[in-house]
Amino acid sequence: MSNIARAFNHGKAFIPFITCGDPDLETTKSCVLEAVANGADLIELGIPFSDPTAEGPVIQAANERALRGGVTTDKIFGLVCDLRQATDIPMVFMTYANVVFSYGAEKFISTCREIKIDGLILPDLPFEEKNEFLPLCEQYGVDLISMIAPTSEQRISMIAREARGFLYIVSSLGVTGTRSEITTDLKSIMDTVRRNTEIPCAIGFGISIPEQAAKMAALSDGAIVGSAIVKLIGEYKTQAPKKVGEFVKKMKDAL
Amino acid sequence: MRMNETKKGRFGVHGGQYIPETLMNAVIELEEAYEKFKNDPDFNAELEKLFNEYAGRPSRLYFAKKMTEDLGGAKIYLKREDLNHTGAHKINNVLGQALLAKKMGKTRLIAETGAGQHGVATATAATLMGMECVVFMGEEDTRRQALNVYRMRLLGSEVIPVKTGTGTLKDAVSEAMREWTRRISDTHYCLGSVMGPHPFPVIVRDFQAVISKEIKKQIQEKENRLPDAVIACVGGGSNAIGSFYHFINDKDVKLIGCEAAGRGVDTFETAATIATGRLGIFHGMKSYFCQDEFGQIAPVYSISAGLDYPGIGPEHAYLHDTGRAEYVPVTDEEAVCAFEYLAKTEGIIPAIESAHAVAHALKIAPKMPGKIIVITISGRGDKDCAAIARYRGEDINE
Repeated sequence: MSNIARAFNHGKAFIPFITCGDPDLETTKSCVLEAVANGADLIELGIPFSDPTAEGPVIQAANERALRGGVTTDKIFGLVCDLRQATDIPMVFMTYANVVFSYGAEKFISTCREIKIDGLILPDLPFEEKNEFLPLCEQYGVDLISMIAPTSEQRISMIAREARGFLYIVSSLGVTGTRSEITTDLKSIMDTVRRNTEIPCAIGFGISIPEQAAKMAALSDGAIVGSAIVKLIGEYKTQAPKKVGEFVKKMKDAL
Repeated sequence: MRMNETKKGRFGVHGGQYIPETLMNAVIELEEAYEKFKNDPDFNAELEKLFNEYAGRPSRLYFAKKMTEDLGGAKIYLKREDLNHTGAHKINNVLGQALLAKKMGKTRLIAETGAGQHGVATATAATLMGMECVVFMGEEDTRRQALNVYRMRLLGSEVIPVKTGTGTLKDAVSEAMREWTRRISDTHYCLGSVMGPHPFPVIVRDFQAVISKEIKKQIQEKENRLPDAVIACVGGGSNAIGSFYHFINDKDVKLIGCEAAGRGVDTFETAATIATGRLGIFHGMKSYFCQDEFGQIAPVYSISAGLDYPGIGPEHAYLHDTGRAEYVPVTDEEAVCAFEYLAKTEGIIPAIESAHAVAHALKIAPKMPGKIIVITISGRGDKDCAAIARYRGEDINE
C-alpha cells in the first residue's frame, strides 16, 4: 500500500503546497516543518519551472523568485534529504514534465525513491501521456498522481480506475489561484469517481479560507491549498514559517 | 495516417499532448471536428473561396532575375507569401482555423503572437467572421512591433501584453494556454504555428501546405521540373512546413530551414533550437527546446520577434532526426544584411523573419550553378523598418 494513504488516516486531510526555494531553501524547510507540526497531512513540494503553464500569477511569481535565487532540482533533492531527518510525513513533488524528463526520468524517479518522495504530480501529463513516466514510477514505487478537471466529463471513470496514491480533483476551470467562489458541480464529479475507485480524493485550486476548505473536504477526503500559502511566503519571506504554521492550523481545524 | 505521422499525433518520438487535464476534452473535440471537416467538400470550397477572394491566393512564384544575376549561381524564385492579405503566410492557417471554429459553434478566438503577424491575421479573421478576439503578446514584443499592436486594436481585437518571463513569444503562448483553461466552451485557441499539443501541428501544417502545393504547380509551369532546394525560416516552423510538405517525398529536393541564431549559436543570445537545444517536453509537445541542464526553458533571443521562440514544431524535429530536412542557423547581422539586400536588389522588403531564409540563399546560391532555389518570403517587412533602422543606429518615428 502506498505511503500516501497514511495521509488520509487522520480525518480529512489538509495538503499544503510550497514552492521550494522561495525565498530560499532554509525557509522552505522551516515552512514544511511548521506545517507538519500544525497538522498538515501530506506536503506538496513544488519544484519551480521557468514556464509553469498551469499556474496563476501568485505561484508563477514564486517560481521566478525561486529560480532567480538559484534553486535547482539537485538542491531540492538535498532539501528533502534534510527534511527526512526530521519527519516521515508523506510528501509528493509537484512540477512539470520537462523537469523530470530533462533530468533523466529514471535518475529523477529513482532519486525520489531514495529520498522517500511518495508521489509525483505533473499537471502537463494527462492520462494519454502518462506512460512517459508510469513504468518507471511503478518500478520505483513512486505514485504518479492523476488529476480530474471540471471538463473531464466522460474521462472521469477512465482516469479514476487507474489512479494511484490519491486523486487530485481540480475544483475550477483555469489556473491555480484563490477564488471567491467555486461553482463546479463537484458532487456529481465525486459520485462518478467513487463508483470507479476507492483511493482517496483531495480537491485543490482556488481554496484560501477555512470555510472553503471545510466545504471541499466535506465533499471529498481532503483539501489542497497552494496560492494562499505561497502568497504568505511571498509576503513574509524568511519570517513566513510561523505564519504558515498558523495558517495550516486554522485550515486543518476547520476540516 | 499522414506522411511523417508515425502514430496518431506523433512524428517519431516528437509531438503528443502534454497539456493539463482541463484542456484534454477541448483538443479531443477539436480533433474530431477537424477529422469531420477536413475532407468535407463544402468546408474546403468555402476555405478555398476565402483563400482566393479574401486572402489573394494563389501567391506568386516570382523569378528574382536581378538576384540570380548578381549571385551568379542558382536560379532564384521567391514564393511571395508577403503579398497575401495581412502581409504574411499566417492568414492561411487562421482562415482555416477560424472557419473550423465557427463550424464548431465557437464565438471567440484567442491567439498568441510574436511579431504580431499571427495576431493581426487572427484579428482579421475574427472580424470577418463576426467573432470576438483576444491576442496575447509579450510586452517586449508590443514595444518592438508597436505597429501591429495598433493594427490588431484597429481591427477590433483586445491585445493583452504579457509581462511574465522574457515578455516574448513563449510567454504569450503560455498565457494563451492559461486563458484557454479559464474559458473553453465558447473559445477556440487559434494557435499560430505547427506546435503545441496534437492536433495543432497537423491542422496548422495542413492549412499551410497550400504554399508547397502552389510552388510545385508554379515551378512545373515555369521550369517544367522541381526545384533543387526550398528554403524557409523556422521559428515554430509553420511557413517552413507549409513550404516543405508537398516536397517531402521528392527526395531530390533539398529542404532547408533557417533558424534564428541571434548574436550567434556560441552565445546565450540565440534562438537556434536545432543547433543549441535538446529533447524536452514543453507547450504541449515533445520536441527540441533550448533549455538548461535542469530543464528550465532558456530565455532565447533573436532580432526577429517571430523567430524568438525556444522550441521547434515536432514535425521539424522529426525531419531533422531523419535527415530529410536540414536546419541552419542565421545570425541577426546576416538577416539584416539580407533584408537590405533584397530591398536594394529586387525592390522587395521582406519580413526580418523571412530575411533569415534569404540570408542562407545568399550563402549557397553562388555555389549552385544550373540549379533552382525557391525561397519562401513568408511576410513583408514594413513592420520591421523601424527596428532595423534602430539596429543600424538610425532612430525613426513610426
